[in-house]
Amino acid sequence: MKKKKRLATASLAGCFGCHMSLLDMDERLLEVLEHVEFDRSPLMDFKGFRQRCDIGLIEGGCCNEDNVHVLRQFRENCDVLVAIGQCAIMGGLPVMRNAIMHADDPLRECLEEAYNESPRVLNPGNHIPNDPALPLLLDKVYTCSEVVHIDFQIPGCPPSGDTLYQVLMALATGKKPEFSYGMIKYD
Amino acid sequence: MDNTDSVAVKEACARFDFDPKRLLDILWQVQDVNRCVDANALTDIAQATGLPRVSVDGVASFYHFYSSRPKGRFAIYLCDDIVDRQHGFNDLLAVLRDELGIAPGQITADGLFSVDLTPCIGLCDQPPGLLVNQYIAGSLTPAKLRRLLQDLKKDSHPGSSFTQGGEGQNGNSLIQTRLKNNIRRRGAILGSGQLTESGLQNASELSSFEILETLRASGLRGRGGAGYPVWQKLDTAFRQITADKVVICNADEGEPGTFKDRVLLTEQPDLVFEGMTIAARATGASQGILYLRAEYRYLEAWLEERLAQRRAEGLLGSHICGTEGFNFDIRIQRGAGAYICGEESALIRSCEGGRGEPTSRPPYPAIQGYKGLPTTVNNVETFCCIARIFEIGATAFARLGTPQSTGTKLFSVSGDCRKPGVYEFPFGLTVRELLNHCQADDAAAVVVGGPSGQIIGRNEFDRRLCFEDLATAGAFVVFNSTRNILEIVRAYIQFFVDESCGYCTPCRVGNVFLLERMDKIIAGKGETTDIDYLRQLADTIIETSRCGLGHTSPRPILSTLANFPLVYAALLKAPNAGSQPGFDIQKALDEARHLAHRGSTLYDRDYSGGVS
Repeated sequence: MKKKKRLATASLAGCFGCHMSLLDMDERLLEVLEHVEFDRSPLMDFKGFRQRCDIGLIEGGCCNEDNVHVLRQFRENCDVLVAIGQCAIMGGLPVMRNAIMHADDPLRECLEEAYNESPRVLNPGNHIPNDPALPLLLDKVYTCSEVVHIDFQIPGCPPSGDTLYQVLMALATGKKPEFSYGMIKYD
Repeated sequence: MDNTDSVAVKEACARFDFDPKRLLDILWQVQDVNRCVDANALTDIAQATGLPRVSVDGVASFYHFYSSRPKGRFAIYLCDDIVDRQHGFNDLLAVLRDELGIAPGQITADGLFSVDLTPCIGLCDQPPGLLVNQYIAGSLTPAKLRRLLQDLKKDSHPGSSFTQGGEGQNGNSLIQTRLKNNIRRRGAILGSGQLTESGLQNASELSSFEILETLRASGLRGRGGAGYPVWQKLDTAFRQITADKVVICNADEGEPGTFKDRVLLTEQPDLVFEGMTIAARATGASQGILYLRAEYRYLEAWLEERLAQRRAEGLLGSHICGTEGFNFDIRIQRGAGAYICGEESALIRSCEGGRGEPTSRPPYPAIQGYKGLPTTVNNVETFCCIARIFEIGATAFARLGTPQSTGTKLFSVSGDCRKPGVYEFPFGLTVRELLNHCQADDAAAVVVGGPSGQIIGRNEFDRRLCFEDLATAGAFVVFNSTRNILEIVRAYIQFFVDESCGYCTPCRVGNVFLLERMDKIIAGKGETTDIDYLRQLADTIIETSRCGLGHTSPRPILSTLANFPLVYAALLKAPNAGSQPGFDIQKALDEARHLAHRGSTLYDRDYSGGVS
């Protein structure tokens, strides 16, 4: 039997919607599993790489140091790294905080807005979360390709289950993922 | 707003008959009197002209020389073209900071001076240059600038050392500059000595068909850069059956490094007007407009005087040259600082008092242009050529130059050479020949045709300047071997970022991305994939932009990638284990460390987790 490709996935600053879309492959997931086996992935709950992988899928961009750390681990451990979804490619919703870039202290302003100043926030102690276990935030949100080299970017919010199926089947058989126009057009 | 400001607005609107199509002129008058066009003025103008306020705001905010906040009584605009930057710009900036205590974008506390930067003002042959209100000066030194500022403070006038002593007509009392013409070589356009008006006289006796046929035989192509056959443009307009037609002269010479139109308008304005009149005769137009860039405002009184003179001599107005039914007159439309208005459809919109945004074609201006009338727009130099063709004859004109590029061409030569200025040569001379003429001993790169043209290196110096090979509107900027090519490219891309009208996304956003990537490469953080990115993005911008600006703006990058690959290669980093060299995790974490009062467990090696 042919050796299966190893697949790792991670969700960084995203909403897990792209991972949900993986499940949208429905029963075709079984077909995919004939060609690939999961390594590190939220679907498997492995927290680290068990061995080198052929394919890495990244959902979400980088908003904190942990995202950067995970993304770099993926780059080091995966032959082909694929950014899936708008957040990984362009920053998505989280990147909206980059719009505060003209302030003197944009990160402080962002946190103040989120936890204190927003009209519908009830935060009597004006407490901004700062537990030592929380990873430090980056000065702004970075897209995956700003931090490491990305081999393929698959647009969509999220990319559909059909699209992800094609991506995985193509990569599992050593081909370049290609799509019909309709599959990556979102109106 | 106090009453006097409001009065100025009323006067301005009344002077132009409350005509919304003359909005540019109204805004100019308000800007001149109030030194700004503020929110109240916008409301008043909207009411007086019947335009929606947002439209007035849209126009006022589009142009560089209208300001929402007051400018100084002396509004200084320092030219920050790359040539000026390499020839004393910083010294002038230091003097301004020292004498006035302000930086660009600021105004002195007493409201006397404001300082701003502005793109090329057409003085690359005598840098560095600046504008003060309607005055212009080149070849400035720190000492000259200090004296100018002192004169302005003392007498509220720039002083005679600034306004007198110009070469040729530059010294005319109506022009009042100390500028030089720097005409280095004359040919068919500049050389024929005293103008005989014989071109117009000859043409007035011809029918439209005969004029068009003569122009076709001459092989004349437009001198603005695109090189469209002039007779075809005129012919299309001629064939339209409408009540009236329009001839527009494009004197919005905004391409950095170009200044030949400045010299033509100074020394040969009658030749320009003559050419326009002949074009009007060919198409049947009765309306003419000279669209003069705001930077050349100092020529306005002179040009108006020449127009008045021509009217008095029967060369404009009714029955020109005594020919029944040959009626044509010209008005001057002053621009307000927008490079994009050099694009003909944007220019027409600007003449109609709108934002200088290009329109989609078709319809072409020759079919439907200014106020819906068939309109031919040509470059200043093109009109000079038309006039000369009817003086020397189409055959003699066609004998000059090359088969596809007939006649002579004016080159605006500037940068690192000992003889910058205007050179008129028949088309077809090589870059090297022109470099020899202007005594550029150490030329390493030449910008041919300005930022929207090409940047070529030594390997290309044997190429010929003509439409068959290196097409150019005339800019020829020389850079010697000490100049940093990437800084030049960066300056040009910045120029396009500033001058994009913002209508279409590929141009508005794409050029910003090009600039960001250039900065990354210049900072030494680029790698080979960034070059691929630049090429792909450049192709997208060229392919999908709406007008000529976006079709040409990536050229500084594309031509230097082709002609100076080693300059880029020297700065590119080798890929490092897949990480992007442009990303600095330590810098990205600095702010959060400071806010959280703790270090990073991942990226601070000695940090153990306590709050510091």
